[in-house]
Amino acid sequence: MNRIHTLFNTKKDRVLSIYFTAGFPKLEDTMPIMEAIQAGGADIIEVGVPYSDPVADGPTIQDSNMIALENGISLKKIFEQLAGFREKIHIPVVLMGYLNPIMQYGMEEFCKKCQEVGVDGLILPDLPMQQFIDDYKGLFEHYGLVNTFLISPQTSDKRIREIDENTSGFIYMVSSHSITGAKSGISEEQIAYFERVKAMNLKNPRLIGFGISDTETFTTASNYSNGAIIGSAFIKTVKDSKNLSEDIRDYIQSVMD
Amino acid sequence: MIKVDEKGFYGRFGGAYIPEMLHPNVEELRESYEAIMASGEFQDEFRGLLKDYVGRPTPLYFASRLSEKFGAKIYLKREDLCHTGAHKVNNTIGQIILAKKLGKKRIIAETGAGQHGVATATVCALMGMECTIYMGEIDIARQHPNVERMKILGATVVPATSGSKTLKDATNEAMRAWINNPVDTHYIIGSVVGPHPYPEMVARFQSVISEEIKWQLQEKEGTENPDIVIACVGGGSNAAGAFYHYYNTPDVRLVAAEAGGLGVNSGKTAATTAKGTPGILHGSKTILMQTEDGQVVEPHSISAGLDYPGIGPVHAHLFDVGRGEFVAVEDKDAMAAGIELSRLEGIIPAIESAHAIYALNLIEYSKDDVIVINLSGRGDKDLDTYIKWGGY
Repeated sequence: MNRIHTLFNTKKDRVLSIYFTAGFPKLEDTMPIMEAIQAGGADIIEVGVPYSDPVADGPTIQDSNMIALENGISLKKIFEQLAGFREKIHIPVVLMGYLNPIMQYGMEEFCKKCQEVGVDGLILPDLPMQQFIDDYKGLFEHYGLVNTFLISPQTSDKRIREIDENTSGFIYMVSSHSITGAKSGISEEQIAYFERVKAMNLKNPRLIGFGISDTETFTTASNYSNGAIIGSAFIKTVKDSKNLSEDIRDYIQSVMD
Repeated sequence: MIKVDEKGFYGRFGGAYIPEMLHPNVEELRESYEAIMASGEFQDEFRGLLKDYVGRPTPLYFASRLSEKFGAKIYLKREDLCHTGAHKVNNTIGQIILAKKLGKKRIIAETGAGQHGVATATVCALMGMECTIYMGEIDIARQHPNVERMKILGATVVPATSGSKTLKDATNEAMRAWINNPVDTHYIIGSVVGPHPYPEMVARFQSVISEEIKWQLQEKEGTENPDIVIACVGGGSNAAGAFYHYYNTPDVRLVAAEAGGLGVNSGKTAATTAKGTPGILHGSKTILMQTEDGQVVEPHSISAGLDYPGIGPVHAHLFDVGRGEFVAVEDKDAMAAGIELSRLEGIIPAIESAHAIYALNLIEYSKDDVIVINLSGRGDKDLDTYIKWGGY
């Protein structure tokens, strides 16, 4: 069984997924960061594949993408870094990236490689649902990859149902009208949206992302979903870190407490 | 047949590759733009403003001295005489009326050289709408007069400080701003790029150019169809407008002049079809300049309006199926052509448009051929570049 399914079968609440940018802050930090995220107690690791033009991301993740690219990261390099990672990492791992670098690598080759190294799922924010259904759904299934779609407060109930129908891992609830890292704190309007989606009784688990940074926002998000995703706040932690494994562990534990 | 399909594809290019957060906005536009544009009310307002505010129809001018020099019958479609100095305003007039019909209160736009930013700020002033323009930090420094024009017109100019700090990053910032303000804001994209329906919608607003060429040429030559239409291509909105009503008339050759920069193989170029490969940029599948890892490469052209790493999906399709002839015009040749046109016809062209003029040297034609060159903009904005270049 896919590790993402196994996880949500046993853990329904306070699931923590951590996003980081591969090749940042230093090129060879990818594996040490993954080990530290697992050691800190998080449930899912999202490996960000850097791109020159990440339109859904705010300044923090943009900067990390630029630095990683300057460091010499590429999808090819990421797969080299991930080779053999399953000897050390047992929690689910998801690759998150924009479509163009993956298209250049070759979608089938990419999926095959993901399966080979032990990746469980994909989040491709600019892959439209219809395109996924028409072109890639069969391919993802063939290589044992679950696909996660995003929804936002603007997404209609009808489309949320369609997305739920075509998702097999978890649904990524974007917490507000925003790009990543834009806001902190959770407003009443956001709570209303969380409650609306919760009441829909979707088949997939839901994780809330964008604007989650500390134990307070993590707990609020978890009250209305199965857990949350932290990206920008985590990137800030590793950016200034002198001791990656210690700082990552401390940060994750401070969120989960 | 050159035609967009229901999913927004021209052949294998186009589509809407956007984050889900933009889906409701783009879907709203897709569902409503055709009906709104087809309504009599919209057409009356659009046509009225094009006539009385923009100054259309723009002349189709027989350039006798240029014709004599090149040995063909050359006409210039004078988009440079539009209000604000370029064809860009045809599209911003259309989109702002559309935005009003959709009940939007705010307008955002990207700009490179500032021409689209000025055309957007202009129509926002005209309609009394709030206007924010995203512009790369580097472009703000090198296109200062246009920044001030936008501010005089009441727009807020926000520097794009990410990435390479030029047009592609300004476009990224505008898309991010739209994600952050999805309900009350309309994003006026300035070229035939972006997610469906933008490329087709912008092309339709610009198609007034070829619509006029047809009847104007009928009056002058007794035929609607020239042998050749030439236009420059950055994203490609003026070319799409000049080609639109000729897409499916195979007798009319369509020539697209891309910016060769310092030379197609110099590493400093914006010749997208020469150096690019298929991929995704700003929400559509097209041809773009990128590394083998799929990272977008920063282009170079002396002309800020052509300094873009991709082309609109319709142009990628014209290239793909061989319907369009694509040539690359280097900086130095475009500058020389700009000065030549100034001396021969008393018209100082925008450097973008000068690329289209120089293309005459790169294509084959016969002595009796009727050639229409779309003179997309005037050179006032480029005076600094002309002065620094010298050679006149």
